[in-house]
Amino acid sequence: MTITEKILARHSGQAEVHPGQFVMARVDLMLGNDITAPLAIEEFRKMSAGQVADRSRVVLVADHYTPNKDIKSAEQCRVMREFALAQRLEHFWDTGRAGVEHALLPEEGLVAPGECIIGADSHTCTYGAVGAFATGVGSTDLAATMATGECWLRVPPSIKMVYRGKLKPWVGGKDLILYTIGQIGVSGALYQTLEFCGETIEALPMSGRLTMCNMAIEAGAKNGIINPDAETERFMKSVTSRPYTPVTSDPDAEYIRTVEVDCAQIELQVSLPHLPENARPVREARDITIDQSVIGSCTNGRIEDLRVAAEILKGRKIHPRVRLIVIPATPRVHMQTIKEGLAEVFLEAGAALSAPTCGPCLGGHMGVLARGERAVATTNRNFVGRMGHPESEVYLAGPAVAAASAVLGRIASPEELP
Amino acid sequence: MSVLRGRVHRYGDHVNTDVIIPARYLNTSDAAELAAHCMEDIDQEFVKRVKPGDIIVADENFGCGSSREQAPLAIKTAGVSCVIAVSFARIFFRNAINIGLPVLVSAEAARETRAGDELAVDLATGRIENTTQNRSYQAEPFPEFLQEIIAAGGLTEYTKQRLAQG
Repeated sequence: MTITEKILARHSGQAEVHPGQFVMARVDLMLGNDITAPLAIEEFRKMSAGQVADRSRVVLVADHYTPNKDIKSAEQCRVMREFALAQRLEHFWDTGRAGVEHALLPEEGLVAPGECIIGADSHTCTYGAVGAFATGVGSTDLAATMATGECWLRVPPSIKMVYRGKLKPWVGGKDLILYTIGQIGVSGALYQTLEFCGETIEALPMSGRLTMCNMAIEAGAKNGIINPDAETERFMKSVTSRPYTPVTSDPDAEYIRTVEVDCAQIELQVSLPHLPENARPVREARDITIDQSVIGSCTNGRIEDLRVAAEILKGRKIHPRVRLIVIPATPRVHMQTIKEGLAEVFLEAGAALSAPTCGPCLGGHMGVLARGERAVATTNRNFVGRMGHPESEVYLAGPAVAAASAVLGRIASPEELP
Repeated sequence: MSVLRGRVHRYGDHVNTDVIIPARYLNTSDAAELAAHCMEDIDQEFVKRVKPGDIIVADENFGCGSSREQAPLAIKTAGVSCVIAVSFARIFFRNAINIGLPVLVSAEAARETRAGDELAVDLATGRIENTTQNRSYQAEPFPEFLQEIIAAGGLTEYTKQRLAQG
């Protein structure tokens, strides 16, 4: 069996499961945010469930429209806060302590190898990076899982993505995943698992793995996953001492297909509007001027991403026409940004440094685009209107490209900087 | 289950949840308010044009992107009786089943149907009749497990019954 099949078998009390099979899986952790949780709470009440099945397994994070952007968002957060208090939930994060959920949960040690996790947020697939089965669902699914502790899932077939070769300078997890989506398309892994493996993945640090699994959904995948190894163990030890049971794919596991990727050829990538699959080498997009650059989000808001951006921005000023918004994804990342002197680099360069929020990624607040404006962003979606006006444009890239572009006022790689 | 009859609103590939209901309206869970902005970033005239019972027909990967259940909820509340597509993004598909918005997979029906056609859809049999073009199609059947959720009227009622049975 594959790692995904093994986790689903174990969580549904079966020795074996097969792709296509429906299972009722026992869920180790379930997640909601200020957009999806209020609807889930409404449905939970209609189920007459009373108490949640296990208050230690429910995680609610106020991260999307927070700090509350208007009265309506404040009301949504209030619904979530009151529910968390009434249900005595162990994991509720409010403004100040909240971070972007998919950066926060791994950092808090709440997701571990071998676990089964669902979240009412499509980027829940991020946690596959630690060797967990993790997938996005809707609000009613979250409600039913809060009530019963279980969620219905169809066992997905897996695609084996094998990455070989040494990465070029500045190329990271974001470039690998944008390139991959460019190769297989936004529905290339629909209803399937993307299992990332190979020597390049083995050499990739956890931050890059989280970025890759985060965007598995952008290829339509149910989950992205990486077999736990020494790097997983190192990361887990740094965040928690609690026990967990890792599982890995069998050597004779069956895959629906295998895709080989030669990473030595991969250049810094940018995905052009309005689909993540429009990935191109940055050198092909050099003529595109930008109005804004956003560095942050569940995809690239970790300290490793901000270090890359700061390395490029140190001693430089951003282009006079460009607004640069840097958003550390969690309070811990924010604190680290200050301690390591990165905050000073960003502010000296002319950036706005924000408290953790999903904000601009979904055109919510803290950096919404006007008609005709263009942004390069380390976020995950470049759909029509994603960051603001329906006639604005988003170009997806990693932190190195976002930082270099902010300096030059056009889409650029760090190697082009004087 | 009854036969649904309605006029077709036709869309292409990869219609994502950001255009079905832009995130700028997600600061509320009010279904009527969400429905007032349904399809706004792909088709500004949709909410003016849509009539109760109308049917959305699309190509591949309908509902891709975010997990927001507000997307099928906005479509359902706008009066759309069902969505037919070549394929659906998985979270949208399960959200639609869970909230009781009928979704049918039929590549042939989706590809041959044009905007403004009149369809009659028999949910019990999966039969799709295009009365404008005088053609008929058979949608893919739902797996048995999903039929139980559909029969209960959605996941909320299904879960309520499960909990009541202990």
